[in-house]
Amino acid sequence: MTNFLEQTFNGLVSGSFLALLALGLAVIFGLLRVVNFAHGAIYMLGAFGAYVLADELGLSFWAALIAVPLGLAVVGVVLERAFIHRLTRLDPLYNFLLTFGLTLILQDLVKARYGVQSSPYAVPSALSGSVDLGLFEFPAYRVFVLAMSVAICVGVWALLTRTRIGMVVRAATERPELTRAFGIDVGRWITPVFGFGVALAGLAGVLAAPMRAVHPLMGADLIIVVFAVVVIGGLGSIFGSVAVGFVIGVLQVWAEAYAPESWRALIAQTLPFLLMAVVLLWRPAGLFGREETA
Amino acid sequence: MLRIDGLNAWYGEAQVLRDVALEVASGEVVTLCGRNGAGKTTLLRSVMGLHTQQRGAISLRGTDLTKKPAHSRARLGLGWVQDDRGSYATLTVTENLTLPPRVGPRSWSLDRIYEMFPNLYERRSSPATKLSGGEQQMLALARVLRMGAELLLCDEPTEGLSPLLVQRVGEILRLVKADGGTVLLVEQNLHFATTVADRHHLLAEGRVVESLDNTEVRNRERELLAYLGI
Repeated sequence: MTNFLEQTFNGLVSGSFLALLALGLAVIFGLLRVVNFAHGAIYMLGAFGAYVLADELGLSFWAALIAVPLGLAVVGVVLERAFIHRLTRLDPLYNFLLTFGLTLILQDLVKARYGVQSSPYAVPSALSGSVDLGLFEFPAYRVFVLAMSVAICVGVWALLTRTRIGMVVRAATERPELTRAFGIDVGRWITPVFGFGVALAGLAGVLAAPMRAVHPLMGADLIIVVFAVVVIGGLGSIFGSVAVGFVIGVLQVWAEAYAPESWRALIAQTLPFLLMAVVLLWRPAGLFGREETA
Repeated sequence: MLRIDGLNAWYGEAQVLRDVALEVASGEVVTLCGRNGAGKTTLLRSVMGLHTQQRGAISLRGTDLTKKPAHSRARLGLGWVQDDRGSYATLTVTENLTLPPRVGPRSWSLDRIYEMFPNLYERRSSPATKLSGGEQQMLALARVLRMGAELLLCDEPTEGLSPLLVQRVGEILRLVKADGGTVLLVEQNLHFATTVADRHHLLAEGRVVESLDNTEVRNRERELLAYLGI
């Protein structure tokens, strides 16, 4: 039982990254109708940002946790103004291709500067020990990651459901044309929302740096699973994306721990896509998605 | 108040409005009647700025709207009542009412809205799409009253409603008029139209083919109904 709970906790931590990345993707897709393929590369830049700030400027993890997402939010705003908004009137495939191209460029730039090997990033000393959770001890940093991602997801949920800004974003996400007819300049919200979504990916990257190998392709490996998470949750559904992110994280860790040994890796890797196929056959708009309206 | 001159509109290659010219004076209720596909909704959407493939002049109280986006037009006093009621599933009834900014001095308070529409008060915390069709129509009208829009653009507000609710919509539109508001109404129900409107424009194949007052419509109701295919 203790082992099962421990594995479940591990799954929730793993799901934290999926949930944060899916949250950013869902927020961006909801308002812009852009499938941001570069989200994984931004996550990688978040981790490398933390590494570079520590290695070249001696800045702590805590400074990186604030500076990197803010810096990447600015990058997101520039990307949206310079490229993405020019293509939003065209077929969504154009922005998908644009962000795919950006991914390749960002990955190659990082490869050229830092190589393809993993770069080390230490767990911050304040979080290097373990925490006694009653039935088992768990690394403090992992508890912090889980607490942070839950707090951020709840914070974003509160922002979207309890504030006027959230009300406007929800309305513009659900029915952009109608919202314009009610005197709301939907276009004004697009750039900050894109920046915010990118900042979330950057934050996930910083949180990942002490736990996962920091290398140029770390986002490329993860983003495909995140896309499956967002599709299962329902494109544009904030709640669906976050909930499914945590669930997939737990299911993958359970598969790695309890599936027959020779099948573990295969099951863990293919599980999100099998679930995606089943959900799409059953509910084409995803578990919490809605059909498009004007 | 509203002046439309030489308005042409297209969907791709197909022209749906041809040199439409009409005026709506302040305090008037004017209807647009015509068969399906005559261009009524496109005309309304063009005034609101939601249909952009168009050419011609549209002005509100002398302000040229031609280059203004929909959200600016709303802030100048246009109130949009969409044919599908335009309810937001992710917003509660109260949020649906308070989403648009208050744009005019005639803006209703939430208390006044809820006094006028007690059903909406009872369901104020429910998602708007959980309301019945009639309640959603009341919500759509209440929303533009809350905005304080000077000119209401209503696209078939009685469609699919029971006779009792059609009466209720009529009461609200007469109240808007009594309060000094102006309405441009797309309406298939000619009888209803004569109970609320001052003048009527008949559209066919994208043109205004006849402009009639209430007496003329009443006198020719049978002929007009046959023409409209109702």
